[in-house]
Amino acid sequence: MPHPWIPNSYVKSELMKELGISSILELFRDIPRELLLMEYPRVGYGSPLTEYQLTRVFSELMKKNTYSYKLPPFLGGGVCFHYVPSVVRHIAGRSELYTAYTPYQPEVAQGITQALFEYQSLVADLYGVDVVNASLYNGSTALAEAIRMAVRVTGRRNIVLPRSLHPEIVEVARTWSEPVGISIHLVDYDSETGRVDLSKLEDCVRKNKPAAVFIQTPNFFGIVEVELRKIFEIAHEVGSLAAVYEDPIFTGILEAPGRLGADIVIGDTSSIGSGLNFGGPSAGILGIRDPEEKLLRQLPGRLIGYTKTVSGEDWGYVMVLQTREQHIRRERATSNITTNSALEAIKAAVYLTLLGSEGLRKLGEAIAGRTEFLVEKLVDAGLELTFSRGTHLREVLFKHSKMAELRSFLKEQGIYIGPLAGRFYSELSDCGLVCVTETHSKQDIETLSNLVREFLQVRA
Amino acid sequence: MRNFRQAKWSEPLVYEVSRDRKEGVLIDSEFRDYTVKFFNKLPEGVARRELLPIPSLSEVEVIRHFMRLSQMSYGVDFGPVPLGSCTMKYNPKICEELSGDREITEAHPYLDDDSVQGILEVIYILQKWLSELVGMDVCSIQTPAGSAGEFTGALMIKKYHVDRGENQRDEMIVPDSAHGSNPASAVMAGFKVVRIPTDSRGNTDLEALRAALNRKTAGIMLTNPNTLGLFEEYIIDIAREVHNAGGLLYYDGANLNGIVGYVRPGDMGFDVAHLNLHKTFAAPHGGGGPGAGAICARGVLTDYVPVPIVDYDGRKYYLKYDVPKTIGRISWFYGNIVPAVKSFLYIATLGPQIREVAEISTLNTNYLLKKLSSLSGVDLVYGYGRWRKHEFVVSFEKLYKETGVGAEDVAKALLDRGLHAPTILFPLIVPEAHMIEVTETETKENLDRLAEAYKEIIATAHTDPAEIKKSPRDTSIERLDTVYGNLPKNVVLTYRSLVKKKRET
Repeated sequence: MPHPWIPNSYVKSELMKELGISSILELFRDIPRELLLMEYPRVGYGSPLTEYQLTRVFSELMKKNTYSYKLPPFLGGGVCFHYVPSVVRHIAGRSELYTAYTPYQPEVAQGITQALFEYQSLVADLYGVDVVNASLYNGSTALAEAIRMAVRVTGRRNIVLPRSLHPEIVEVARTWSEPVGISIHLVDYDSETGRVDLSKLEDCVRKNKPAAVFIQTPNFFGIVEVELRKIFEIAHEVGSLAAVYEDPIFTGILEAPGRLGADIVIGDTSSIGSGLNFGGPSAGILGIRDPEEKLLRQLPGRLIGYTKTVSGEDWGYVMVLQTREQHIRRERATSNITTNSALEAIKAAVYLTLLGSEGLRKLGEAIAGRTEFLVEKLVDAGLELTFSRGTHLREVLFKHSKMAELRSFLKEQGIYIGPLAGRFYSELSDCGLVCVTETHSKQDIETLSNLVREFLQVRA
Repeated sequence: MRNFRQAKWSEPLVYEVSRDRKEGVLIDSEFRDYTVKFFNKLPEGVARRELLPIPSLSEVEVIRHFMRLSQMSYGVDFGPVPLGSCTMKYNPKICEELSGDREITEAHPYLDDDSVQGILEVIYILQKWLSELVGMDVCSIQTPAGSAGEFTGALMIKKYHVDRGENQRDEMIVPDSAHGSNPASAVMAGFKVVRIPTDSRGNTDLEALRAALNRKTAGIMLTNPNTLGLFEEYIIDIAREVHNAGGLLYYDGANLNGIVGYVRPGDMGFDVAHLNLHKTFAAPHGGGGPGAGAICARGVLTDYVPVPIVDYDGRKYYLKYDVPKTIGRISWFYGNIVPAVKSFLYIATLGPQIREVAEISTLNTNYLLKKLSSLSGVDLVYGYGRWRKHEFVVSFEKLYKETGVGAEDVAKALLDRGLHAPTILFPLIVPEAHMIEVTETETKENLDRLAEAYKEIIATAHTDPAEIKKSPRDTSIERLDTVYGNLPKNVVLTYRSLVKKKRET
């Protein structure tokens, strides 16, 4: 049966005539007969849907989502409710960009290659590093790729991760690494500051001489790791690479990790233009500070470079260093990555350009201020800080024996906090994260704290 | 006749659009006093002291810059993009519109299952439909794209053998016609790659396969139809032999488009398959991503899929983490949900008629192949007289020898005719190759246009090869020198290093 998305289904017989066949099945003649399906597949809704039927079906499904943000959600856990500016949505909706392929033919794809070159440049500037690739899938796989890169560069097979790294990223790191004999060593956090325990870190690094030492700042608990320079020194002392996972949204107010000595930087674009998307897609950031050019040849992922035209009269952008990649190098490639997150990277470039240096600083300050206000209000309302001696940024881990009940109570009012830390850390079973972004007003945070107070005084 | 001209804006890098300090968006300073408190707590050296060295443009400058860049790009919405093994089909607009629903884009991944029953149901149904289409017991959409799916599948095979105490199975068989990501993924999962050749009919060489099988064989990674667009005629024998040797079969789903709804990898004997939702199931490519993938398994590998998957307990949909032998998480959260929703909408629209996709993509392929294979200087190399499925490969080796015009030159000449080029110089077993996949969404007129363009380019190559070698000229930029930009002293990957290079010279 013909379908509008399949134009030649209306002129099938003409094409068949051209091929001299009377049945379409002749084209499938070389397939063993017992494999050919006799019946139509049982997918969809019995027959093709019209566009208005599809819209109806989908809207009925979406009505089954019962969440409704009465206030911007206070949910954290590595990804938070940041605003995606209209300009970003507008550019991402250009079908010259979103219906294009990877720029294998750069002469017709100068827009995409230039935008990706700009992404590489902007993000390298944020983190203070030399090179950033044109994106991996997301922050979790970027960190997993960073581990493998560090192993290739150093020839070592131990990796040190803090327990305060996003627990789902730790899981991804394990899945990607352990089956090939890379050992992951976890270092505990300090129970008062929430930061990585420096003496334990030092012991672990000295003992295992890892390929790389990773740190996340602010970490999963929302705590700023204030001793990055020291941590990087600990790594470098034993010849390990120093790697940091940092959300790019903070780069306007925190010193660039590259300038503090990090060799590898990792992040995710969820906060800078991708949005939440129920967890994906976003783009994974992977960058290197590489003064001696030891890492570049081992860096996975697409890279856009600058080159001249054959005539030498003009300059443009092309994919470079493809000899690292799977389609050329096959089993000797640095990674299997092919499709990545180019459009999310372009969205990040638009976002960063739109905010600019001033905007990113103000945004960081806006989030930092809200975090302070949140802590003041919620402590005043009766919650305890899990890490009273830590500096919080965007996310705060609070403690209360009735944390789970509090979360449910708030949810009934259309106000969302979490996740509960007990889902990842058994010792933190009475703790939960609360997150604030630029989208929260003073009144929002006060509404939250009033409800928390009400719950703790009346119901707990 | 030159009848195409792409936009050319000579747009400066965003750093050079303006040096003035402006704002593209307003940010409030409602919490200024609290911000001061925050910074007071930070020890010396933690806070950034200087502004970031990035531009600060106004909103209109940002829009114009990126709109000009978008005009210097070419996608499916503007004409055929016949890249082989890429399945560049039309991306239906209704799928774009509905998947952009804020109900999805603003959903936080840590909302409780009971709050997002609609999204979970969509994922659940998609998992079921994909399982049905590939003939597998279970599908997970956690894999963010095809290569991630390959890696996941290879890890599942590895864990299966390790769980059975067969650690010695460390060889993965990969035909020489395979996508480059197959051997790369196998190595990432810790396998040694054993390469086997393709026979003259374009099938995996069965004798070579038999010879390669032994007690170290972990499995085989196969694409069917393969990158020549040919269905592996002896797939049943291949599956039997590999299974008899104790190995498992991995299906690369990049080429499913030509057989979807007609033949199923599970029925062919594959144990695990990945699917590219951004190929067969119409999610867009985004200039290189994000895509979305699915990893599907049956039989002995069912319990090895990554977690979580979405399940239904008779009352509600939920994220299921309890999969007995799971390899773990391959990515955080649950996959690339937005493109996955597009694929849900695509399959929902076509329903059982998705078979039409296989029929017409195969019909289109052979229609264009017939027109091209009769041109002088063009050769098939493998599988003469056989029908192709989703794609076909032609070699321009003869043309190159006769005229000096090779596959790359022909590709660049296509660009000048307002067409996108196919995948070139791949698969590696075909010299001077064009791998051409037109999909079911191309019109007869465009197929004829493509054929005419090839015919005219080849004719010109014989009479005036220099003319072809000058192309492209009507694209935003003339032919780029890819060697120059790759020379170690010329590698420039950021604006900062570009400025430095320019200062030095």
